[in-house]
Amino acid sequence: MKGMRRVAMGLASLLILFSMVAGLLSRFDYMRQDRMCIDARPSPEHWLGTDALGRDRFSRLVHGTRVSLMLAPAAAGLSTLLAFALGAAPGFLGKFHERIARTFIDLVLSMPWLFLLLMVRTLLPLNISPKASVAVTFLMLGLLGWGVPARILLARARRLRQSEFVLFARCTGVSRCRLLGIHLMPNLWPVMLAQFLIAVPVFILAEANLSLLGLGVAEPLPSLGSLLRELETILSVRGDLCSFSALAVLVLIVSSLQIVASQSEVH
Amino acid sequence: MRRFPSCIGFVVVLLLSTGACLDELRFYLRSEPKTFNPAVVADDASETIRYLTGGVLLRLNRQTQRVEPELAQAWKISRDGRTITFQLRSGIYFSDGTPFSALDVKYTMEQLMDPALHSPTGDAFRSGSGRVDTLVYSPEKIAVTFPHPVAGVERLFDQVAIVSARSPKKEAAVLGPFYVGDYKPGAYVYLRKNPNYWKRDEAGHSLPYLDAVKLEIQANRDIEMLRFSRNEVHLINSMDADYFDRLSRIAPGKARDAGPSLDSEQMWFNQYPGAPLPAYKLEWFQSRNFRRAISQAIHRDDLCRVVYGGHASPALGPVSPANRFWFDAQLKPVAFNQQEALKLLQEDGFQLSKGVLHDHGGHPVEFSIVTNSGNRSREKMATMIQSDLRSLGITANVVTLDFASLIQRISEDFNYEAALLGLVNVELDPNAQMNVWLSSSEEHQWNPKQKSPSTVWEAEIDRLMRAQASALDDRIRKRYFDQVQEIVADQVPFIYLVNKNALVGISPLVQGVSPVAVRPQTYWNIERVKLAAEKASNGN
Repeated sequence: MKGMRRVAMGLASLLILFSMVAGLLSRFDYMRQDRMCIDARPSPEHWLGTDALGRDRFSRLVHGTRVSLMLAPAAAGLSTLLAFALGAAPGFLGKFHERIARTFIDLVLSMPWLFLLLMVRTLLPLNISPKASVAVTFLMLGLLGWGVPARILLARARRLRQSEFVLFARCTGVSRCRLLGIHLMPNLWPVMLAQFLIAVPVFILAEANLSLLGLGVAEPLPSLGSLLRELETILSVRGDLCSFSALAVLVLIVSSLQIVASQSEVH
Repeated sequence: MRRFPSCIGFVVVLLLSTGACLDELRFYLRSEPKTFNPAVVADDASETIRYLTGGVLLRLNRQTQRVEPELAQAWKISRDGRTITFQLRSGIYFSDGTPFSALDVKYTMEQLMDPALHSPTGDAFRSGSGRVDTLVYSPEKIAVTFPHPVAGVERLFDQVAIVSARSPKKEAAVLGPFYVGDYKPGAYVYLRKNPNYWKRDEAGHSLPYLDAVKLEIQANRDIEMLRFSRNEVHLINSMDADYFDRLSRIAPGKARDAGPSLDSEQMWFNQYPGAPLPAYKLEWFQSRNFRRAISQAIHRDDLCRVVYGGHASPALGPVSPANRFWFDAQLKPVAFNQQEALKLLQEDGFQLSKGVLHDHGGHPVEFSIVTNSGNRSREKMATMIQSDLRSLGITANVVTLDFASLIQRISEDFNYEAALLGLVNVELDPNAQMNVWLSSSEEHQWNPKQKSPSTVWEAEIDRLMRAQASALDDRIRKRYFDQVQEIVADQVPFIYLVNKNALVGISPLVQGVSPVAVRPQTYWNIERVKLAAEKASNGN
């Protein structure tokens, strides 16, 4: 299992490295349209072929991976932190805080987010650059995606609050801040990591769906989510395996991260 | 005694096989029909049912684009253009056996013009204030008189399905080739052959040839394509170029390109003075040179080739070449010429420096193009336009919005800069475009609801559109409308991009289908459509 973890970590690092040096790896600008060479098969010039507008698929894949790998973990980190602050901390502090937090989380989870997102789109100016648009999208996901992890963390924190070692610590006069720092955080860390890793692919896919509301990654900037949109109809099933490259990268990233996470939880 | 059950079994099998041999044409409706009342039809699905079930006095032949007699064997329009007199056929019965007469025409017209009904079909006849009168001379002769002349009035009767004045079944009694036999909401509409249909073929056989038409309700185009490729549905009335190319690859005989359709895709800039836009942007958008420059900077041939796989042609103006009579053949294609575009912009004080175009006030030229999300062709076109404009130093941000938000922005808030959308033309007559061209109209997209025309050329378009609507001679009307098309080509309030081809799918099991550019593209001659034996052509 240790070997598998090493392989997964190596693969994840390689993918992250691969996306970080996207500019060096790709020979073409990701937005350059070669209109005489649309939907081309892989060739020495275009390693993964070209898309429907004649853009180099490899270049778009590396840049798209970079956009998604930079922003999805940041958004997942933000939502996990919020989940800790609004779920775990009140759950650990006592029944009163827990009840207020639970009510608030239920309220947040029951809100019609679609309409809220539509409202956000209305408030945003139309003329924002693709980079600003993608940053706003992931910020929104981070700010709104903490409800479910908060509930899970709250339940775990409550169990910790009632555990004997915490009771003992409190009896010996350990302060609340110290309890949070020394007892709660280390015990919640595996759950938080798992929630973080679950959120990364969820946010990548959510970003693709948000483009329906005009909030996703705007053209011509690629992201894994926008590349995955190519696969949404039956038209993608045409034996052109290169159109599945974004899916393959996503699967590799998610599975490597999951293996790393599950191993670290065991240890 | 043992033979008896086997005989019963044989009879059952025979009956079942007879049932299976029903000539039943199947195709999809892409939405639920909102009504079966032909007077209030406003959606595509209901229009399909009206076309297949409704009997009309006159029918526009979709192939020749000429009006032909149907229930009326002859008609005459008075010199003042206000009255149309019909000579009706005799011996015709509704699907429930009720006889047809001029009283039914009178009843139908009264229903259509009833203000309480809000009939979209009736609205087309409203040429001004006043009553529409009908005068029944005899059971076979009736005159309809309008308060003002209605140009091209005979074409409007193509949409008027005659309803029985006496039948207890009301709208369910029809004069068309089929009647609604069964309807399961969310699943299908089943149309059965009208046993009393009046038409016969040259050999004297009763029409239609088909026994039934099953219209299955399905919005998912992938499912439609899969079932069509398995011959489980027989027709696809319109499809996107991507699907057409796929179909051409997997079943070349089934994909048919009927040539340019009436539909166009266009882009326009928001020129509404009350729009929440900076004054300098409004100034750009109101400049003829700016609009012409953008138009010249767009590579339309590439749009046709890349986005539509060659199944489209560069649009020249508001009328597609498919509309043979009303298209102005004098219009010239807009040549892709970025140097010329830059010259036009420089005339207005724009300057290109370090790859960025600035206006005379030093503002970088940047605007957003909104289009509806989910429409991949439009998204691709917007991205290509973005790329074309980048060569001129213009930054165009593509924004896709859900349709409701988009309509809210372009029709109510006017909070947008440029929009890319399509126009679905159902009618050939320019009167149908009146709401687009009159400056006072809500549909005058670039600057709607003007109290008085804000530019000289819009005032001229208003005058010409009104003149063509009141002229009775089609040649004079065409002369006026040609001028409208030329003004539009010169002022470019709409940047017309492409005319899509009518792309349809026809199963080899279906015979007698001759696809056309005008809706309904595949089943316009439904009476003469036949189904071949299924075994013969299962192999696509």
